[in-house]
Amino acid sequence: MRIKPLRILLYAVLLAFAAYYLMPVYVLVVTSLKGFAEVNLYRMWNPPRSFSLESFRRALFGGMGYQGLAPNILNSVVMVLPATLISAALGSLNGYIFARWQFRGANTLFTLALFGMFIPYQSILIPLVQTLRAVGLYGSIPGLILTHVIYGIPITTLIFRNYYATVPKELVEAARIDGAGLLGVYRRIMLPLSLPGFAVVLIWQFTSIWNDFLFAVTVAQNPAVQPVTVALNNLAGSFIVEWNVQMAGALLAALPTLLVYIFLGRYFMRGLLAGSLKG
Amino acid sequence: MRFKLRRDTILSVLLILPSALAIFIFVYGFIAFTAYVSFSNWNRLVPDYTFVGASNYLRLFQNPRFIITLRNLGVFTGLFVGGSLFLGFFLAVLLDRRIKAEGFFRTVYLYPLALSFIVTGVVWRWLLNPGSPQMGSTGINLLLEMMGLGFLKSGWYTDPRVGIIAVAVAAIWQMSGYVMAMYLAGLRGIPEELREAARVDGASELQIYRFVVLPLLRPITFGALIVLGHISLKIYDLVVAMTGPGPGYSCDVPAYFMWELTFRANRFAQGAGIAVILLFIVSLLIIPYLRYSLRREVEA
Repeated sequence: MRIKPLRILLYAVLLAFAAYYLMPVYVLVVTSLKGFAEVNLYRMWNPPRSFSLESFRRALFGGMGYQGLAPNILNSVVMVLPATLISAALGSLNGYIFARWQFRGANTLFTLALFGMFIPYQSILIPLVQTLRAVGLYGSIPGLILTHVIYGIPITTLIFRNYYATVPKELVEAARIDGAGLLGVYRRIMLPLSLPGFAVVLIWQFTSIWNDFLFAVTVAQNPAVQPVTVALNNLAGSFIVEWNVQMAGALLAALPTLLVYIFLGRYFMRGLLAGSLKG
Repeated sequence: MRFKLRRDTILSVLLILPSALAIFIFVYGFIAFTAYVSFSNWNRLVPDYTFVGASNYLRLFQNPRFIITLRNLGVFTGLFVGGSLFLGFFLAVLLDRRIKAEGFFRTVYLYPLALSFIVTGVVWRWLLNPGSPQMGSTGINLLLEMMGLGFLKSGWYTDPRVGIIAVAVAAIWQMSGYVMAMYLAGLRGIPEELREAARVDGASELQIYRFVVLPLLRPITFGALIVLGHISLKIYDLVVAMTGPGPGYSCDVPAYFMWELTFRANRFAQGAGIAVILLFIVSLLIIPYLRYSLRREVEA
């Protein structure tokens, strides 16, 4: 019983921090729900007195003198789905080989690939633009997909490699005694066990590709193919766009990854830990 | 059996080959090309690969804006990495005390990580919009006034003396939950017996953290340092969405300057120079880490 006041203090501190982390979401939600007459920067913390979805409508479909985000959200979807699926498939195959079939130099090769995960992408942007131009993919969604797939190889390989390393050796040995080769083991043993690994990688890639800005703004400068992050940045940087429309736009752009986090948070966490704590 | 093993080895190399080639070209080849550009005369729209030695680097280091971005990057990295580590560790320790609704707190502290830096930047630009003396305060300043903490008000990113510090405030908000999650996982991995033994030996709770817990968490601190460090050195999107270069370049960072110089001003060679310098700084952090983890795996 002696420690009770301390417990209360502990919870008070935890709640204060919860308020701190939720503060921006509060402003986002409250502002985007307010009617236009009520929007006032100097009363931004006040709860809405009337509810209106007009900000969302304008954020999606545009208003006086500006375009909405709806086409860009569609661009993001068209980009993120294939890019995520392809990089997960590649990562699974690479991870399997690095985890199970050691050839000479495999470790060095793996480390060299990992380095690609950490580089500042500024150091590859100039030749990337030239290369995409040369193959006719510059300024297109397929160009962005290719970019995300290639620079996703290190992280997806790493996550799958660590995942497959946990599959018991005996299972693999048993399959090999039964005559299964490299691909047989992959198809019969690894793939059926891969679901959690795929969940982690798909979520990780979905989130990072959806949230990417640097590749998007460099490769897709043309408004027709811009992903939502670039369009949101333009929307928020424009002086003619109302403040509550900017907030509604930010909320819409954040929604897919937020939903993934809320409903699949467990896998999200695992991806995080895999990305930093190796082995 | 022997024949089969060899066939599988060949097959495994063949399967790895496309990815290996992609990395070889798109990472190492491209880096080499960027370095090559940085020694060239390509400072107009049309490529000009005439070798000009280190003159682009010399010009960069004579450019006051570039020096400011380097200084800002140092300040930002110190604040962001230090602040996130400290706050994350603090929250993890609090959460590790058998808290009811721990899942709720964990979810709330961690969700900013799922957002893009663009969303964070857009929101925090308004939160840290100081308002004006005539019209009144807005955002955080208004909140501080309402809580009777008006003396803490600041011009944030509109004040050149604060500048990049305001960006660090938003970045800490976004990443500290991640550090919390890592430390919490680490704390859970420390057997209770170890702490109990220290307690029996008469150690205070503070001493237990200092002499038992923190040393055991060193690999986590190291991992978090690497992740936060490389994010920090590459910081770009947040600056774009939140502040731009700011008054007197007080919010500017090398990655932002690189993009402007290259794709807005068409000074490709100088932009490439910044990219190479950035890569060099990041490598100082990453290469020892990769060597360390490779060695650890070979030993394991």
